Amino acid sequence: MTQHWEDIKNADLILIMGGNAAEAHPCGFKWVIEAKAQRKAKLVVVDPRFTRSASVADYYAPIRTGSDIAFLGGVINYLLTHDKIQHEYVKAYTDFSFLVKDEFQFADGIFSGYNPEKRSYDKSSWDYQLGADGFVKTDPTLQNPRCVYQLLKAHYARYTPEMVETVCGTPKDKFLKVCEMIAGCSTPDRTMTVMYALGWTQHSVGAQMIRTGAMVQLLLGNIGVAGGGVNALRGHSNIQGLTDLGLLSNTLPGYLTLPGDKEQDYAAYLAARTQKPLRPNQMSYWQNYPKFHVSLMKAWYGDAATKENNFCYDWLPKIDKLHDVLQVFEDMGQGKVNGYVCQGFNPLASFPNKAKIGGALAKLKYLVVIDPLATETSEFWQNFGPHNDVDPAAIQTTVFRLPSTCFAEEDGSIANSGRWLQWHWKGAEPPGEALGDGEIMAGLFLRLRAMYAKDGGAFPDPILKLTWKHRIPANPSSEELAKEYSGCALSDLADPKDPTKTLVKAGEQLAGFAQLRDDGSTASGCWIFSGAWTQAGNQMARRDNADPYGLGIAPGWAWAWPANRRILYNRASSDPSGKPWDPERRLVFWNGKSWGGADVPDMRPDAAPAENVGPFIMNPEGVARFFARGGLNEGPFPEHYEPFESPLDANPFHPQNPQAKSNPAARVFKGDMEAFGTPKEFPYAATTYRLTEHFHYWTKHVLTSAIIQPEQFVEIGAELAQEKGIAAGDRVKVRSNRGHIIAVAVVTKRIKALDVAGRKVHTVGIPIHWGFKGVAKNGYLANTLTPFVGDSNTQTPEFKSFLVDVEKVKG
Amino acid sequence: MQVTRRRFFRVCANGVAGSSLALMGFSPGEALAETRHFKLTRSTETRNTCPYCSVGCGILMYSLGDRSKNVRSRIIHIEGDPDHPVNRGTLCPKGAGLLDFVHSPNRLTHPEVREPGGKEWKRIGWDEAFDRITKLMKDDRDANFIAKTDDGLTVNRWLTTGFLAASASSNESGYVTHKVVRALGMTAFDNQARV
Repeated sequence: MTQHWEDIKNADLILIMGGNAAEAHPCGFKWVIEAKAQRKAKLVVVDPRFTRSASVADYYAPIRTGSDIAFLGGVINYLLTHDKIQHEYVKAYTDFSFLVKDEFQFADGIFSGYNPEKRSYDKSSWDYQLGADGFVKTDPTLQNPRCVYQLLKAHYARYTPEMVETVCGTPKDKFLKVCEMIAGCSTPDRTMTVMYALGWTQHSVGAQMIRTGAMVQLLLGNIGVAGGGVNALRGHSNIQGLTDLGLLSNTLPGYLTLPGDKEQDYAAYLAARTQKPLRPNQMSYWQNYPKFHVSLMKAWYGDAATKENNFCYDWLPKIDKLHDVLQVFEDMGQGKVNGYVCQGFNPLASFPNKAKIGGALAKLKYLVVIDPLATETSEFWQNFGPHNDVDPAAIQTTVFRLPSTCFAEEDGSIANSGRWLQWHWKGAEPPGEALGDGEIMAGLFLRLRAMYAKDGGAFPDPILKLTWKHRIPANPSSEELAKEYSGCALSDLADPKDPTKTLVKAGEQLAGFAQLRDDGSTASGCWIFSGAWTQAGNQMARRDNADPYGLGIAPGWAWAWPANRRILYNRASSDPSGKPWDPERRLVFWNGKSWGGADVPDMRPDAAPAENVGPFIMNPEGVARFFARGGLNEGPFPEHYEPFESPLDANPFHPQNPQAKSNPAARVFKGDMEAFGTPKEFPYAATTYRLTEHFHYWTKHVLTSAIIQPEQFVEIGAELAQEKGIAAGDRVKVRSNRGHIIAVAVVTKRIKALDVAGRKVHTVGIPIHWGFKGVAKNGYLANTLTPFVGDSNTQTPEFKSFLVDVEKVKG
Repeated sequence: MQVTRRRFFRVCANGVAGSSLALMGFSPGEALAETRHFKLTRSTETRNTCPYCSVGCGILMYSLGDRSKNVRSRIIHIEGDPDHPVNRGTLCPKGAGLLDFVHSPNRLTHPEVREPGGKEWKRIGWDEAFDRITKLMKDDRDANFIAKTDDGLTVNRWLTTGFLAASASSNESGYVTHKVVRALGMTAFDNQARV
């Protein structure tokens, strides 16, 4: 979230799209109700299903799954053509006036630089025109046809209300009503907030859907203000923290990135990430990259990391390509992976195309499952009848299952979607012999280190020299680890303003990332978490819930990254002169000498407004981008592409160009393209989702949840049920080109057929929560049905849009 | 006097019953002996965070036992934390059932192994589990570690064993996991943020 949960109460309009907060985030959704009750805010829900969020909305519009870019592109077109944008904001805080290279083009669904064989783009034309001074050329009059504003207007002129109706199935009058409500937030004193979740991310164009939502918010001047923002609700209690800590194939803690093979030179690696300002006076905060990276390497390798050895740069693995989970399971299926460790993760249930996942696991030599619960993955080799029809004797994988603690049995912090790191405390011992995840990692690491010390082996240095300064080496405490990622001084740090004074003494905790150095004198394992544990103690454990400004900000409750800032880009809550856009919501403002207000300013404290330092400090331009440059893989402007399994034969925007039907830059493995179904054989759109009574695949192990939602079901619209002779309570078989599930039919008016591009599209709704382990009634893993293809940037699978057939099970 | 919900709870349990009875002429000693105390007043309160979705609701866990040495705590009740700025004491249907997650019959209690082609689990000790797993890991790493590519680029990576981390584990577990995984040179590494 750019905001945080309580801030939703400051909104005038709430758009829930690509999410269902009332059911999936119920206790956060209360702030929507608070905004409605206290501020007379309106709630708009756009969703293929009439969800419980929709049931309390002021307005609901249906949409075909996978068509959100068409809808939001239509909103952009509406706002531009009706002049419902916040002019002063977009002019000062976005790239509206920036000039784009003449080579950048868009024709019939494809941007310049496309290579159809490689399914990827050469992005060199997707950039700004630079002047001789190295800064971007601009046209403040916005008349130049190559300025971002003009290109944006031209790009979305095609997204007419008629096209939205054709592509999304949203009746034109309903679409226009939503546009009108959104347009009402283009004034400085009214804000919209956007709440989304996996309904946007789990598409082959997921990242671009989110970007389109962000672009709408920028047009309205709603980023960085109270009650605004683009808010990823997020699906797991610490998915935010694990992402922040960089536990992904290609990243390092704090959104630093691993080097690629060709980046052999450390100075060049740093230089490529140390972004110089693209406009005068901009902060371009990634200029500090070397400080963050060197401090990370000092945290990991201590005295072994020296300036002379480039702070152990070569000890980091370099990546040849993204080894995301889809790539890894593809390789595993080809026999290229021997071992796999699943720590609190159930891939057999969570990844698409269960048959492919199970087949891949069966090719492993060894599998290690670390979990509090008996997961499906840990028993992928066991026969559970139709729910997992395998022959154990034929599976040669050695499987280890290690019991771990759950939340109640450990100390530590987790980061919620508002980026709050909240500390929690252990309440009881774990059952039996279960150990904490940290203790299990220590058990593995210390043995490996001892073996490498004794016997040698492949490149032992990073294993032997890894810092491990724990009082009990076999059980690193959460306190020690939190201090390590927050960071400390390794030698006395002189005050840059007065070198005779010492700012921080050697061994002391740092106050925050502003104190990090690139000379090896500081260590911090995750720069954005720096300040979580200062010399004053554990900031994450704070419990002062006072809200001194009445804006729903409790600065003394827990600790938010970065720098305890609760709303990102909050300098944008004031106009260019530093005066709040809305006198009622004074978030951050210029007091004549410095920035201050209800939140920690996202700005250099003494940057006078006349200096024109832009609020989007992480961008070298200092402003937000409508034109993404090379940031995303399928284009600088979001374009609608059909899901890989679409009920349509062509993309209605580009009916003559088969290359532009689905995301042209998405990676599709050999064999998976063939495993996509056609609408002829699988005529119905399908989408997976979660229920309020269950959490993923955990709560089928929980008695109370199993009692209130005991058995697997699918939701089918009344019209389709009638066509297929299905009555409520019948058992139905739902088939995709990858497998089938059998479940009870819930016949509902909540999912209506939509008229899309001249045909009727029915949607089948598939809750995901069942499996063959648990105290609920056993069922099929829903991901038996889903396709093995992901978003081209994130590789998040397309769980939300695919094709099925459905029929009643006889007898 | 403003009585908050929690203060009311404490006062009810400890004082009001006794003192009001005393006003009616009963002796406090006898009256207190008659009072049935709430079970939670004898329990230990621990603050925690709901492990399900990422709203991050504050919860209060109540366990039997006073945390003295040799006393094994058992969590008997979990409820929303009324002081928490987001959930303000509320919990959703999942969060309200957290106690059954802690005490699920499917909690794992000991390390075990399923051998190749086998049909059942065999209980093993932690030492055996760690020894066998690290032997497999080291053998695989030593055999397949790529120090340099064919064209001489230093890459120091290990692709043949992968790792999935847990987005319900704490930042501290995640941090130490990342440290170990990268020190081993793994790049086949992800967490639930990928899906």
